[in-house]
Amino acid sequence: MSQEEKAPRILKISILRFDPHDPDDFPHMETFEVEEAIGMTLFVALNEIREHHDNSLKFDFVCRAGICGSCSMLVNGKPTLACRTLTKKLDAHITLAPLPLFELIGDLSIYTGKWMRGLNERLETWIHNKSNELQVDRLEERMEPALADEIYELDRCVECGCCVAGCGTIQMRENFVGAVGLNKVARYHLDPRDKRTDEEFYEMIGDEDGVFGCMTLLGCEDVCPKDLPLQSKIAYLRRMMLKNAL
Amino acid sequence: MKQKKIDKIPARLDFLQSATGLILAVFIMGHILFEASILISNEMMYRVTIMFEGYYFFGEKYPGIISFLAATIGSIFILHAVLAVRKFPASYRDYKIITEHTKRMKHEDSYLWMVQVITGFMMFFIGSVHLYIMLSQPENIGPFASSSRVVDELMGPLYFMLLISVVSHAFIGLYRLALKWGFGEGKNTKVSRARFKLLMKFMIALYIVVGLGSLAKYTYIGMTHDFSDGVKYKSQTIHLEAH
Repeated sequence: MSQEEKAPRILKISILRFDPHDPDDFPHMETFEVEEAIGMTLFVALNEIREHHDNSLKFDFVCRAGICGSCSMLVNGKPTLACRTLTKKLDAHITLAPLPLFELIGDLSIYTGKWMRGLNERLETWIHNKSNELQVDRLEERMEPALADEIYELDRCVECGCCVAGCGTIQMRENFVGAVGLNKVARYHLDPRDKRTDEEFYEMIGDEDGVFGCMTLLGCEDVCPKDLPLQSKIAYLRRMMLKNAL
Repeated sequence: MKQKKIDKIPARLDFLQSATGLILAVFIMGHILFEASILISNEMMYRVTIMFEGYYFFGEKYPGIISFLAATIGSIFILHAVLAVRKFPASYRDYKIITEHTKRMKHEDSYLWMVQVITGFMMFFIGSVHLYIMLSQPENIGPFASSSRVVDELMGPLYFMLLISVVSHAFIGLYRLALKWGFGEGKNTKVSRARFKLLMKFMIALYIVVGLGSLAKYTYIGMTHDFSDGVKYKSQTIHLEAH
């Protein structure tokens, strides 16, 4: 094919580099040149850089298939998963930076896990059912397949942090719960096994750090690599939480 | 189990912001169309004016009705402003964060929100001026009186800025309202959102064209009409005295 006949592009990949643990280091851009290969993803390109240019470059990968959510970063300013980003869809000059807001480990590597753990503890993202807690041998209640699908759809969140980095609100107001949190709350709100009342959910997200802080900028919806229905679910929660206050 | 008392205010504030915005947007959609009656004829604009002054209901004109309307809309306007200002960037730091974020992401809907902040801020001032004049001089509305205001009282530039800001703010606001509450959500929300966005852009363009057309007509009348015997319009068919 013609793609093979043409000389491969030389990609100029500029990376925001900084090691917060090195007192002498300061944030700076460093540009690497990589020859593009067919079907190349940013994951492949970054490994190429680490192997052939600079083995001190820090970035995270586990699954390479958009499932683990480790490789989220800003690609030309937009949060996305590097392993699912084909270089051929980008210009030859690519800018990479770590996601904002999360603790920086170094270069492109960030500590999303710590932030997400805090969020899950804050929202208690597990089934609450006092009466059924110790009866692990009992059969689970049946659920309509359509509802199970809806819950499963929301459970596909991989906690990559793209929605947090894409949210203008949370950049200004750090206590805002973000789309990842609201998506989880919607998931448990839908689940009939979770016996938390609407008042209890309201207690958790019925303020301006919760669903009423959302300014509908829809960065979350537009950057979510898993295409979760975030706008729709935030609207759902907004309606449900308003019911409490009428 | 002990029931904890929840604070219902945040939900109500959010709802009220949306509700007042919706009322104002619907109002402005009617307002700009009624005012465009000047494009049909002076007589038409006069009849629309006296309709709002109650002529067709009471057989006489009561400009006080306009004052009352202006006061009502003005109150909703202020309430909406109070509620919306909560969301404004509160400091230079916030402002810098949100502008840099929006530019870096090149994200259209974040940009639309910035337009809401800027046009909303503009309207604190120009909207207030307009509302106060309608409140205090309700009798000076009509094909000649309004034209005189546009040209002789130099309200033209203010109305131009008000038109651009209010039309953008209203339709972007309606679009955002639909997404905020999940109104008119299709099975595929990406498709329904894209349709709403297209409709929003079309309505902004349409209303700006209609509004600019009327403003041009008022300006033309203001510049060519002989105001030597006052600004009152004298209808050929309807004869009455104002109260």
